[in-house]
Amino acid sequence: MTTTASPRPPAPAHVETKNYLNAETTFRSWATTTDHKRIGVLFLAGVTLSAMLGGTFALLLRLELLTPEADVMTAMTYNRLFTLHGVVMVWLFMIPAIPGAFGNFMVPLMIGARDVAFPRLNLASFYFYLSGALLVIAGAIAGGADTGWTFYPPYSAQTPTALVPVLAGVFVLGISSTMTGLNFIVTIHTLRTAGMTWWRLPLFVWAIYATSIILVLATPVLGLSLLLVAIDHAFALGVFNPAHGGDPILYQHLFWFYSHPAVYIMILPAMGVISEVVPAFSRKNVFSYRGIVIASVGIALVGFLTWGHHMFTSGMSAFDSGAFGVLSMFVAIFSAIKVFTWVGTLYRGRITLSTPLLYFFGFLFLFAFGGMTGVALASTSLDVHWHDTYFIVAHFHFIMVGGTMMGFMAGLHFWFPKMFGRLYSQRLSAVVALLAISGFILTFTPQFLLGNAGMPRRYHTYPAEYQPLNIISTIGSWAIGAGLLIGLLYLLVALWRGKPAGSNPWNLLGLEWSISSPPPPHNFEEPPKVWQEPYDYWRARND
Amino acid sequence: MPTTHHVAHFEDLAKQGHAARLGMWLFLGSEALLFSGLFTLYAAYRNEYTSDFAAGAQLTNLPLGTIMTAVLLVSSFFMAFALATARQERSRVSIAALATTFLLGIVFLGLKATEYTMHFRDGIFPGAYYTGPLGERHGVVLFFTLYYIMTGLHALHVIGGLVLVGWLARRTRRGDFGEAWSTPLELGGLYWHFVDIIWLFLWPLFYLLR
Repeated sequence: MTTTASPRPPAPAHVETKNYLNAETTFRSWATTTDHKRIGVLFLAGVTLSAMLGGTFALLLRLELLTPEADVMTAMTYNRLFTLHGVVMVWLFMIPAIPGAFGNFMVPLMIGARDVAFPRLNLASFYFYLSGALLVIAGAIAGGADTGWTFYPPYSAQTPTALVPVLAGVFVLGISSTMTGLNFIVTIHTLRTAGMTWWRLPLFVWAIYATSIILVLATPVLGLSLLLVAIDHAFALGVFNPAHGGDPILYQHLFWFYSHPAVYIMILPAMGVISEVVPAFSRKNVFSYRGIVIASVGIALVGFLTWGHHMFTSGMSAFDSGAFGVLSMFVAIFSAIKVFTWVGTLYRGRITLSTPLLYFFGFLFLFAFGGMTGVALASTSLDVHWHDTYFIVAHFHFIMVGGTMMGFMAGLHFWFPKMFGRLYSQRLSAVVALLAISGFILTFTPQFLLGNAGMPRRYHTYPAEYQPLNIISTIGSWAIGAGLLIGLLYLLVALWRGKPAGSNPWNLLGLEWSISSPPPPHNFEEPPKVWQEPYDYWRARND
Repeated sequence: MPTTHHVAHFEDLAKQGHAARLGMWLFLGSEALLFSGLFTLYAAYRNEYTSDFAAGAQLTNLPLGTIMTAVLLVSSFFMAFALATARQERSRVSIAALATTFLLGIVFLGLKATEYTMHFRDGIFPGAYYTGPLGERHGVVLFFTLYYIMTGLHALHVIGGLVLVGWLARRTRRGDFGEAWSTPLELGGLYWHFVDIIWLFLWPLFYLLR
């Protein structure tokens, strides 16, 4: 990104084709762009910086937990750090990451459109993202928040920390993601090119569609609940304060009505990426296209009916707990359909062990184990034992964070050549993928054991017998950190001196691979026509 | 001049209108979910403090609330009238109808402000600041906390609607809308009716259920 409009040096011998990156290069052209590709790149930069911030918080937390005693920080600092780690990772990274960066960039290309339906709204959603991020960071500097990312009352009404800017930031981020979701739904409904029927949509587009439904329907409820907490905190209105007759459990219901579907906002796009990567590198038709579509939409809908499983120990009737437990297990059925479809696609395929596929293997392991522990947690009797222990922390880091992170990295390596027209080192990226994946497993597997042994979450000190497993976990966190940092570095180097990728480096069938890389400013010269199902590699092989 | 409204990435104006309409309905859906959280809170607290809520509703001004309902309903009629006349190319009538809608919106806000002032005089404030009658009963205080939050959020939506109506009137004066293209007017109307409908739920909950 250059900041001046200085006259360019004389053109080099090989003239680069005009694309969305070099069509205009001023700062102003980026700041006021309505091109979905540029907005995708802006989101990519934003979520990458956020992941680095949230990751730094995580490394500090793990450093403190290396020994049983308090070493590098006080309890208050620790509370602030785990709150900000959660807030930054959930709302600044995982929720906007794949929809904001890859959804914006790829969905119009994949359906053969020139842009999203509302390009200016799209730019606005980026600025809302930016303002929300700045508010959260301002809150962090002004004293942080120490309530945990869930902001449970009544404590959140009393905490001395700077809760209001953080809550305002999350509220603004919610507006951003509602705008993004609305834009995607309308785009997918109205801008599909000729022949791109619903049953020919690439699976990533379906995943973004399902995610967008959740974004539009669940986010406003969160925004409202956080607004009420902010009012309670600032003006002592006591909507959720038992001292004034309010009921804090009601807040938990409202919060999880959003925040449980939010888990699927994070994981569904990652599943979408995986559904693109698996057929691409096994060169086979998807084992069951409709299975994946129905499972995506099914997860989006059932996800609205499972929030109670966060509240088994908050005083819920046995019948309600049972009902929420069973509904939660439905999600496992849909997830299993997806897992079997991906594995069935790999079976007897022509497999290329590329970096995106390595991240798929990481995803599969984390998702399967995270998912199975999820089913266990949905059983109320087991949940009472594991509630508020590291078992929960390990579970959601496996399935939600691991799934999203692996999907994000897979997508980044899969689409990087298309987005920037450059190739990265295949060998180095594969080594780094193995480092990051094994780091992830090393970090969180011990936490299952710690939680099962009774170590509670959210304390900066612990009894000495928990130390060995904590040491392993902390070493694992360094491996993730190193892996992701090296990953960022070689991708930045590839931006600058990577080999030209050509329009279709993986030799795939989708519309997005039919145009040059980086794509031209208006995507397609003529609206493309679609004749066949996606991923029809059988036919491609026979032709 | 329908072509001037056409944005390049849509195939034609009809598709563009369809996209805009879909976007508006989705936005209204998310708005409905925003209010739904508050309605849920109202239902839960009313269930917990049934008699307190009934007592609280005795303290609101039923005649004033009813007049406000009538004002909003009439304003919605004029909003719909503005769209119908714009489509018949009767833009002067359309502008007059929009101006009436705008005025009725102002009247609504004025009545709301009057009612708030009357409550303040009686010491009816939200939350811990409540010094009005029956203040020892938690349910009454919660009733008025919700009353201020819900009618306040609704009033903010009315203010947003006024800005929208003003902008639509300006565009109508510029001659933007007619038989061929009236989508912004139609969508602005949808929003105005939505805000109106929200009030139709607030009116029974805070005034009628005594």
